[in-house]
Amino acid sequence: MRDKLYGFIGKHPFWVILVCITFAVIAGMGAGKLEFKNDYRVFFSEENPQLTAFESMQKVYSKSDNVAFIVAPKDGNVFTAEHLSALKVLTKASWQVPYSTRVDSVTNFQYTFAEEDDMIVEDLVMSTKNLTPEKLDKIKKIAISEPLLVNKIISQTGHVSIVNVTVQLPGVNPMVETPEVAASVRAIQAKFLAENPDVEVYLSGMIMMNTSFGESSISDSSTLVPLMFLVVIVTIGLLLRTITGTISTVLIIIMSIVTTMGLAGWLGFYLTGPSSSAPTMIMTLAVADCIHILTSMFYEMRQGADKRTAIARSIRINLQPIFLTSVTTAIGFLSMNFSDSPPFRDLGNLVAIGVMLAFVFSITIFPALLTVLPVNVKKQNEDKKDIMAKLADFVIGKRKILLPLTSILIIASVVFIPNNELNDDFVKYFDETVPYRTATDYMQENLSGMMMVEISVKTGKSSGINNPIYLNSISDFSDWLRERPETDHVNTITDTLKRLNKNMHGDDPNWYKLPDSQEMSAQYLLLYEMSLPYGLDLNNQLDVDKSSSRIVVTFKNMTSNELINIEQDMIRWFAEHAPQYEVDFASPSLMFSHIGQRNIISMLIGTTIALVLISILLGVALKSWRFGLISLLPNLAPAGIAFGIWGLYSGQVGLGLSVVIGMTLGIVVDDTVHFLSKYLHARRDKNASAKEAVHYAFDNVGRALWITTFVLVAGFTVLAESSFKMNADMGFLTALTIFVALVVDFLFLPPLLMLLDKNKNESVKSTDEIIETPVEVA
Amino acid sequence: MLTKKIFLSVVSALSLTLVANVSFALTADEQKGLDISIEAKKRDLGWQDNTADMTMLLRNKQGQESIREIKMKSLEVQNDGDKSLTIFNKPRDVKGTAFLSFSHPVAADDQWLFLPALKRVKRISSRNKSGPFMGSEFAFEDLSSFEVEKYTYKFLAEEALNGIETFKVEQYPVDENSGYTRRIVWLDIQEYRVQKVDFYDRKDSLLKTLTFSGYKQYLAKYWRADKQEMINHQNGKSTELKWSNYDFKTGLSDSDFNRNSLKRAR
Repeated sequence: MRDKLYGFIGKHPFWVILVCITFAVIAGMGAGKLEFKNDYRVFFSEENPQLTAFESMQKVYSKSDNVAFIVAPKDGNVFTAEHLSALKVLTKASWQVPYSTRVDSVTNFQYTFAEEDDMIVEDLVMSTKNLTPEKLDKIKKIAISEPLLVNKIISQTGHVSIVNVTVQLPGVNPMVETPEVAASVRAIQAKFLAENPDVEVYLSGMIMMNTSFGESSISDSSTLVPLMFLVVIVTIGLLLRTITGTISTVLIIIMSIVTTMGLAGWLGFYLTGPSSSAPTMIMTLAVADCIHILTSMFYEMRQGADKRTAIARSIRINLQPIFLTSVTTAIGFLSMNFSDSPPFRDLGNLVAIGVMLAFVFSITIFPALLTVLPVNVKKQNEDKKDIMAKLADFVIGKRKILLPLTSILIIASVVFIPNNELNDDFVKYFDETVPYRTATDYMQENLSGMMMVEISVKTGKSSGINNPIYLNSISDFSDWLRERPETDHVNTITDTLKRLNKNMHGDDPNWYKLPDSQEMSAQYLLLYEMSLPYGLDLNNQLDVDKSSSRIVVTFKNMTSNELINIEQDMIRWFAEHAPQYEVDFASPSLMFSHIGQRNIISMLIGTTIALVLISILLGVALKSWRFGLISLLPNLAPAGIAFGIWGLYSGQVGLGLSVVIGMTLGIVVDDTVHFLSKYLHARRDKNASAKEAVHYAFDNVGRALWITTFVLVAGFTVLAESSFKMNADMGFLTALTIFVALVVDFLFLPPLLMLLDKNKNESVKSTDEIIETPVEVA
Repeated sequence: MLTKKIFLSVVSALSLTLVANVSFALTADEQKGLDISIEAKKRDLGWQDNTADMTMLLRNKQGQESIREIKMKSLEVQNDGDKSLTIFNKPRDVKGTAFLSFSHPVAADDQWLFLPALKRVKRISSRNKSGPFMGSEFAFEDLSSFEVEKYTYKFLAEEALNGIETFKVEQYPVDENSGYTRRIVWLDIQEYRVQKVDFYDRKDSLLKTLTFSGYKQYLAKYWRADKQEMINHQNGKSTELKWSNYDFKTGLSDSDFNRNSLKRAR
C-alpha cells in the first residue's frame, strides 16, 4: 500500500498537484465566512452557570457594557472652571456614542438639595460661566463626599475623573457594533485632546476590552505569521540546504492553513483570541512532517539513489511514523474539547484538522512537487552527525550519573507545581503594549479596579424593596463591604434614599439615614424618579416592580481565588443576616474567576483520556505494552517540569495554560515515538544491546528530532511574542515543554532504557514480548 | 401636563397669527407639516376639563411585569400648556401621592408633589421633561399636552398605516431639554388622530415607538384612545397605558389645581 501510494503520485504528479490545489482553493474560499467575535462572552459556554446568572441579571436591570473616558488634568485638579467645562463638553459628546443609553460624569451627577419646601434636582455642574473659587470648592466638596461618585467617577483627591458611557449593543451584528462604538469614542477622545492639550485621556471599559481582543489578533496575524514564515524558511533553508524543499514546505504550510481556516469558515466556526493562534500552530506542526520526508529523501539520494527512488523510499519509511505522530498530536489537541471555554475547543479542533490535513498534503502533493521540481543534493558536512554520536557516547558513558541526576531535577521541578495558582484576570490577558491595559492599570491605580460584582437582592414581592427591614439589610451589607480592605466602591440605592431623607428635612445631616416606613421610602423614590432626566433613571439599580435591587461593588485588583473567597463571604453574610432574601451574584469578573476552576477540572479529564488513548496507540505501534508504559515517563515529565518552572517563574495559571498539558502531550509524544521505534528496531532487528540500540537511535533520529524541536520551539516562541497574553503564555509554556521533552528524551530516557532493559537482552526479540504484561514493568 | 391627549389645547388667536407670520419663510413641506398640526389641534379645542383613570403596565426584557394605577384630572389652559393633577393609587405604598403640574410648551414645567407619608407638599425643580414617568418607558414630554409651538415641522408623505390613510409628519422639538432630536408622527387623514409615533434619541437613533388603539369619540367631538403602547427598541422594555372612565366638562376650575388642592386630592 505504501509503495502503491507513491507509485501513483510518481506517475501522475501534475494530477495530484492539481487535485490538491483545487481542493485547497475550494475549501479555502470558506475563509471569507470567518468572522472575529469581539466579545469577552465567547470565553463562556452557553451552559456556564456564571454566564447564565449574569445574562438574566442584565435582562432585569440595565446592561453594563461600558466605555470609560479616564480624564487626568496635568495640573492634578479636576475642579477648575476650565476642566469642568471641558468635562461638560465631553459628557455631552458622549451621548452621541452609538448605542449609548446613559452617561455618568461629575458634571451631570443629579445633585439634590432642599431650599425651603422646594426639592431641587439638577446637574452638579450647571453652568461653567461664573465659577468662583468658592463655587468650585463647593462642587469639589460635594463630589468627593458623595458615595455614588467617589472612587468611581472622581478620585478621592479630585485629580482624575471618569466619564462613563453605558452602551446597549443591539447584538444584531456584533462584528460591526463594537468597532463602531470604539471608533466613535476614539474620535471623541482625539477631538477632546486637541481642544484640551493640558489633559490626558485614556479609554477603558468592557467595550474597549472587547475591541482589544480583535485588534490584538489582527496585529498578531500581521506580525507573528510573517515572522513564523521567516523562521520556517530560514530553518529549512539553513539546516537542509534545499530551495525546492523549502518552497514545497512553505506551500504545504500555506495549503494546510488555508484549507483548515477555509473549512472552519464552511463549518461555521468564528474566530476568537485563542483560536486565531491556530494558523501559527498549524504552521509549526506541519513543518515536522516535511522535515522527516526531506531528511530521509536526502539521505537516500546521498546514498546514490535517484530522486524518484529516494522519494519512494522516504515515503515508505516515514508514512507510518508521520501518521502516528499526526494522530497523537491531533488527539492531544482534541483533548481541548473538554475545555469549558468554547474558543479553546475551537482552537483544538482547528489545529487537529490542520495537522491531519498537513499529513495528507505531505504524503500527496509534497512528494508530487518534489518529483516535478529540480532537487540538488549537496554534499553535507558530517559534523552534525558527529555531534549526535558524541552525545550518544556521553549519555551512554555517564548513564549512572545521568539517571539519578535527571531524576532529581525532574522531581525538584515537579515539587514547584503547587506554586501555581489558578488566576484569570482579564485585564492581564493583554500585555502593557495594549492601550486598554495601560488605561485600566491607570484607572486601578487612581480610582478603582475592573473587578466588579453585581449583587441582586430579591424580595419576591412587588414594592418589596421599600420595606425598612430590607433597606436596613442592604445598608448593613453595603457598610460591611465598605469596611473590607479590598473594596473600592459600593453602589447602592440606600445611599440615595438616605440623601433624599436628608433633603426632605431641610438638608439636616442628622436625617442622613434610612426612612423608617415603607410609604416614606416609596414616596421619596417616586419623587426622585419623577425628577431625573433621560438616561439617568434608577433602572440600573431597581427592577420594574421594585421587588429587587442591585448593588454593584468594585474591588481592588485581586486573584480569582481571592474573589471567589469574597463571594463565599458575601453568601455567608446573607445566610447569617438576611436569609429571607434570594441573592444572585454575577459579573464578568466572577465569570472569569470561576472558569479557571471549571476548566482545569474538565481539562484534567480530557488530558487523562488523551493520555490513555495515546499510550494505547504507542503500545500498539511499538508492539509492546512494556515500552508503551515506559514511554509514559518521558511523555508526562516535560509538562510536569515546565509547570514546575512556571510555578517558580510566574505561578499564574489561567484559561490559556490549563490546556497546555493536553496540547503538548500530543507533540512531545512524537519525540518518544521516533526515539523508541529506532531503539526497538535496533534491539529487535539488528540484535543490538541496549547501549548499541541507544547509539543507533541517536545516530538515526537525533538530528531530525533536534531540528523539529528547534522549529517547534521557535514557532511557539514566536507565539509567545503575542500582545494577547493568553496566547503568549500558552506559546511560552508550550515551547518550554517541547524543549524540556527533547532534553528528557536525550538525557533521561536512554539511561532509563539501559537500566530497565538490561536483563531483557534475549526476550525483547521474541514475539511473545508483544503482549508482555504491564505488571512486569512495575 | 399629564394629560394624555396629544394634540389638544387652546391655541390663541395670537399664536396662530404668529405662526402664520413666520410661515412665509417655510418650505412647502414645512408649511404643510405645520398646517396639519394646527388643524389637528383645532379639532380638539374647547374640552375645558376632563378626568380619567389610567393603568400602566410595565414590562422588562425578562417578561417581568408591574402595574401602576393613576387618576388624572386635566384643565385646558389658554395661551399655555395645560394643568394636570395626577393621583397615584397603586402601588399601595405611594397611594395618595399627588402630582400637580403646570406644563409649558418650551420652558420647564412647574411641578409640585404631595407626599402623604411626610404630609408635605414639595415643589420640584428639575429639568426632567426627558425623564421617565414613574419608571415607565413614557417620558414626561410624551404625556404632556400637544402645543403647536413645541415643535417645528416637516410633512414627509401620505402613507397607508394598517389600512388607514395617514399624514406622516416629522417634528423637531424646540426645547433643548427634550430627550429627542425628532419624532415621526402618523395622523389619520380622516380625523387627524395620532396613530403612531417614532421617537429618535439625542444621537438620532430610533429609541421608541408609540402606537394608539381603540379611539373613542367623546361629546361628539373629542377623540381619545383607550390604549397606548410604548416599546423601547434599545432596552427591550415596554409600557402599556389603558384609559377608562373618561369624563369631560366636569366643572373643574383653577382652584382644583393648586398647592392646597393637592392635599385633598382623591
